[in-house]
Amino acid sequence: MSKLVLRGIEKHYGDTPAVSGLNLALNEGEFVSLLGPSGCGKTTTLRMIAGFIDPTAGTIEMNGQLLSSPSGALPPEKRQMSMIFQSYAVWPNMTVQQNVAFGLELRKLPREEVRRRVGEMLEVVHMGHLAARYPAELSGGQQQRVALARAIVIQPQVLLLDEPLSNLDANLREEMRFEIRRLHDEFRITTVYVTHDQAEAMVTSDRIAVMNQGRIEQVDDPHTLYTRPKTRFVAGFIGRTNFIEGTCNGAQVEFGSFAVPLASLEDAPSSGKATFSVRPQSMRLSRARLPDGVPQAAVTIAERAYLGEFWDYVAAPENGVRLRVTAPPLEIYQVGESAWLAFDPKQMTPIL
Amino acid sequence: MRRFRFADPSMFLWLALIGVLIFLIAMPMVRLVISSFQEPETGRLTLSNYIEAYGRARHLQALWNTFELGAGVAALSCLFGVPLAWAVARTDMPAKGFIRLMVFGAFIIPPYLGAIGWILLAGPNAGWLNKVWIALTGAESGLFNVYSMAGLIVVIAVTSFPYVFVFTTGALELVSSEMEDAANILGAGTLRTTFRVTLPLVLPAIIGGLIISFLEAIALFGAPALIALPARFHVVSTQLWQFFEYPVRVEQAAAYAMPLLLITIFMFWLQRTVLGRRGYTTVSGKGGERRVTRLGRWRWAMLGYALFVCALAVFLPMLVLTQAAFARAWGRGFSLDNLTLQNFHYILFEQTQAQNAIINTFVYSGATAFAAIGLSLAIAYVVTRKLVPWSNVLAFLCLAPFVIPGIVLAIGFYAAYAPPPLALYGTATILILAYTTRFLPIAYTSSAAGMRSINPEMEEAVRILGGSRLLAIRKVLAPLLKRSLAGAWILVFIPATRELSSAIFLVGPNTRVISVMLFDLSEEGNFEVLSALGMILLVATLIIAALGFRAIGRDFMVRS
Repeated sequence: MSKLVLRGIEKHYGDTPAVSGLNLALNEGEFVSLLGPSGCGKTTTLRMIAGFIDPTAGTIEMNGQLLSSPSGALPPEKRQMSMIFQSYAVWPNMTVQQNVAFGLELRKLPREEVRRRVGEMLEVVHMGHLAARYPAELSGGQQQRVALARAIVIQPQVLLLDEPLSNLDANLREEMRFEIRRLHDEFRITTVYVTHDQAEAMVTSDRIAVMNQGRIEQVDDPHTLYTRPKTRFVAGFIGRTNFIEGTCNGAQVEFGSFAVPLASLEDAPSSGKATFSVRPQSMRLSRARLPDGVPQAAVTIAERAYLGEFWDYVAAPENGVRLRVTAPPLEIYQVGESAWLAFDPKQMTPIL
Repeated sequence: MRRFRFADPSMFLWLALIGVLIFLIAMPMVRLVISSFQEPETGRLTLSNYIEAYGRARHLQALWNTFELGAGVAALSCLFGVPLAWAVARTDMPAKGFIRLMVFGAFIIPPYLGAIGWILLAGPNAGWLNKVWIALTGAESGLFNVYSMAGLIVVIAVTSFPYVFVFTTGALELVSSEMEDAANILGAGTLRTTFRVTLPLVLPAIIGGLIISFLEAIALFGAPALIALPARFHVVSTQLWQFFEYPVRVEQAAAYAMPLLLITIFMFWLQRTVLGRRGYTTVSGKGGERRVTRLGRWRWAMLGYALFVCALAVFLPMLVLTQAAFARAWGRGFSLDNLTLQNFHYILFEQTQAQNAIINTFVYSGATAFAAIGLSLAIAYVVTRKLVPWSNVLAFLCLAPFVIPGIVLAIGFYAAYAPPPLALYGTATILILAYTTRFLPIAYTSSAAGMRSINPEMEEAVRILGGSRLLAIRKVLAPLLKRSLAGAWILVFIPATRELSSAIFLVGPNTRVISVMLFDLSEEGNFEVLSALGMILLVATLIIAALGFRAIGRDFMVRS
């Protein structure tokens, strides 16, 4: 049975829909990210799960019990969830210890147990030595750890995170990604994580739900999402890609300057036009023509940029398409040079 | 599923709050308008109140006098306030901190106390300035006569120019020096730049200050009553007071108060729509540095002018008031055998009325501050958290008393709540209610500012962990707001202690406050006791203001 189920969720502000027709189910202990550009409705969705916003239509269930529906909603304080806010919302009038103990005290646990569990939790987030500090005396990263400890210590049914790392500097952000994943591996709390940063989502998540204009475009594990994007938006939002148009004629797919046997492409339609996503690193440049079985096109190098870890080339086949291709640092081509560009059919994905 | 929030309790809160606001603001104003159209005995609709109120030449003359007074005060405030503001904000004039402090002092002194100081200074024959003049020149009579329109204008202007000063310095401190550099590089000198660039940039702020000074002057009761009445002319506020002499004619007073109300509303509308649209009020030259203009030798002349204004506003009146407070007879001047503490002893230990007035003042002001803060806090919470639809109506009502002159508000309260069934006239309740209404806008702006500065996520964090909204307010919001609420409390408390124009219409024999007591003493001509009482009020105010400074920081008086 699913832990948390969102069924047909809609949220309208006046006539403008913020979220429309959203379905999502989380398994017990699963970590799911809502990933999308700003304004895609991901935070609205999270706040509906938390109970701060009531959906216009649809239902939210947890453990088979109805939490939200258009006719009424359980208030946030009754949902046994916890949340980490963008601003951390660590209460500046309480010490670290008091912040973390707050939720446990609300649950009327014995004083000794509160003290013990807060102590343990602070050790887990490496904040034990700062328990008596006030938030104003902590750095951003430390406040973040307090917020994590405060949210996790109550062992919530569901943990919600609203872009928790967006206010940290780059190095700290990378460190905290792994920290969040580590805490999830340790406590296995069902988690919904909102972010606009794909790397964040890929490091932390079991599955990622890519959202666009109030809808979920695709939900999959990070690897599938990257290698088999279903829509143009997902292919473009997760990593970089090229879109090329092909025409299927039964036996093979014709791309103008080259052709690929239909059998070697997964999910390709057997007739008509189709668009394929081809990742820059799935193609290879070569000075010499490759053996006949390899799909390849004659190209001219139109632009190049060296980014240290790899070369970023723009290769132009004769039919006017421009393809972005990456190559290792030692594969050096001059602008204007002719070359062969080889394609790997297994890494070409048809998209809707 | 049982705990669904079908009936949201915040809806009841909203209804309760709107009820309170209607009682405090809408009812008195509606009653004011209605009774201006009613026959006193029968309650039938009539225009006779208006005919009666405006049918007499001297009533119309009072109206004109008020206008003249307001315009004069506004002009003079500008003459005092703008140069001082420029000198303090943008030049290398010496002793800027001291001048700022003195302007703040002028702000703290209640206008009626300043007026009494000026009566002692410029009374036709006995006034200090006149005595000095006669002694120096051997002239037959004194040079100054405070009992005149000119005298009244000066007396009010020296207490209201701080508005212009505060507005203008605030704006000047936002004008980036790059604006001036741009004129300099094109060949404009200091003077030309100041008049063509700097001052025009802050013109909206200056006009804002002018409007406030004007409105302050026309709504004032104390200073005009002390000066205009002996000078045998009336302004609207004193004329309104006359309507309350036996037999009380509330209906005519209501009719006669209308211009004051309408002008005030109109002026605020003017300020918002006409000036608000000119984008350059917020000339926040981002990060641009602000340099001072070098005045050279002229800086001493500038300081001289600043000291002159401060002398008119603070040094001279305070000097003579202090002398009178410690004198057996103020006319006998500065000598040791004239020195006494008898006046203070009389007020504090002999005269029960004065003791009661002091206690009343502080009790009522304290109660007012608590009531206004409590109410405005609840409203600010509902409004900033958008708990209910139409919450902005609450905010609007809260700010509405801003455009109601105190004297008009008092007449509205009298019309609404003096007669049965409530029959509140002469009770402490009606005073506290009227004060609360009067200072609600101050309390609301402070509370709302404090509330806005707190991220709602702070509360949401409580709720998602299982705490109710009330717990979030108690455990997180209240502690975080403590400081700004203390500031707001003082901001309401101080003006409440000195409030006269609404008190004078609503006090009864047992609810007299210091300001009313001072007014009565002046009618008896007992200036020594009066000065001593004024001193007590002033010192108490200063102590509270100092506490406010320490708790909230220097800008707390300016923030509303």
